[in-house]
Amino acid sequence: MEIPYAVKSRPDTGLYNAKLGIWLFLASEVMLFGGLFSAYILLRVSADLWPHGMVSIPVGTFNTFVLIASSVTVVMSWASLKLGRLPAFKGYMAATIACALGFLFVKSFEYHAKFTHYDVWFKDAATAEKYFKAAYGEEKGVEVARKLFVERFHLHNTKATYDANQVQLPGHLEGNPLFATHRSLASAKKETFQFTPDAPFGTHDHPKAIEVKLADVERLSAYVPKHSTYFAIYFTITALHGLHVLGGAIVLAYFLFTADKWWKKNPEQLANRVEVGGLFWHFVDLVWIFLFPIIYLL
Amino acid sequence: MSHDHSHSHGPGAACDHGHAHDDHNSPEYIQKTIKKYMMVGGILFGGTVLTVAMYYVHIPSVAMTIAVALLIATVKAGFVAAVFMHLSDERKMIYGILLCTVFFLVGLMGLTLWAMNDYPFFTLVDGKPA
Repeated sequence: MEIPYAVKSRPDTGLYNAKLGIWLFLASEVMLFGGLFSAYILLRVSADLWPHGMVSIPVGTFNTFVLIASSVTVVMSWASLKLGRLPAFKGYMAATIACALGFLFVKSFEYHAKFTHYDVWFKDAATAEKYFKAAYGEEKGVEVARKLFVERFHLHNTKATYDANQVQLPGHLEGNPLFATHRSLASAKKETFQFTPDAPFGTHDHPKAIEVKLADVERLSAYVPKHSTYFAIYFTITALHGLHVLGGAIVLAYFLFTADKWWKKNPEQLANRVEVGGLFWHFVDLVWIFLFPIIYLL
Repeated sequence: MSHDHSHSHGPGAACDHGHAHDDHNSPEYIQKTIKKYMMVGGILFGGTVLTVAMYYVHIPSVAMTIAVALLIATVKAGFVAAVFMHLSDERKMIYGILLCTVFFLVGLMGLTLWAMNDYPFFTLVDGKPA
């Protein structure tokens, strides 16, 4: 069966059908991401504390460049088809897919680093201070932990008082386990665990691992969605965006691998398919253009 | 290679562009747009560098930082939409769809923010959140 208006425009819309379809779909996508963006604003503005510097800016910048490059290559792949250059189309499309996979590869490293990074909250202020001293030295220990807290939540301009109950000790567990919790350590019959605290703020020191009693711990969480509101919205939005990158890459790869067949059968329709896939791809780039400053910089 | 560059609007298709324009499928037209694509790619790279530089320069006002970052992002998004997504030269039907989208997006954002300081009625004690 011949699909109508796959190449020719419909007289009433002036568009081939797939183009009208993709724009209606993108309109719904704007609402999907718009809802999450407005949720982000609402959560952030009404939060008492909002962390900063939890993600690496150079990594985010690199991924932004990768997505921009992929937007250029995908539009070039379409232009190559319009110019009748099939090999150029294949090269540009392959480059686009490589960029997509590169983006996801980098993102997976970012996620992995978060899933193996922990915060520990202690039962009470006295216990917390005991561990801060063990981590960073008898004299300066409490001050170093306080400084990490103040810098994470940008409290230098506020009159927020230091509350040792709230202050967490960030670091890594022995063996770098993924998603460990208080409960998983307890059910593994662990009474203590080795914990390597993060470097003091603004340094690259390597503090020695300390031994923490599980009984002294109020809460222990990797940087996963349930860690905090920040990570909940961070993972929701970036994972949804990541799924869009993956979905886009699969569709574009399909166009690449079936290109020879379609080129013989109907080159105009192939160009239109690639244009529509490209429109989706540009939208994914466009979402990232807003995500990058909001998540990484502000 | 016998590739037919015929007009994809089709014979008799309603073309709502009021002006006489180049054939959108002619090699000359495509060559011209390729130059535009490269330029926009450059602008997007430059915009990203500018955004990141702004972070390291550190503007003292938080409101100003947010405004500048979102302004740069909006300009970048505008270039992607206008040039890469061909919105600078599209059919009326698509502008209509996007106009509806903008209306509903503004509504979504606006209504959410408007409700920001609302608390469920029964959680209030003496008119204040408990």
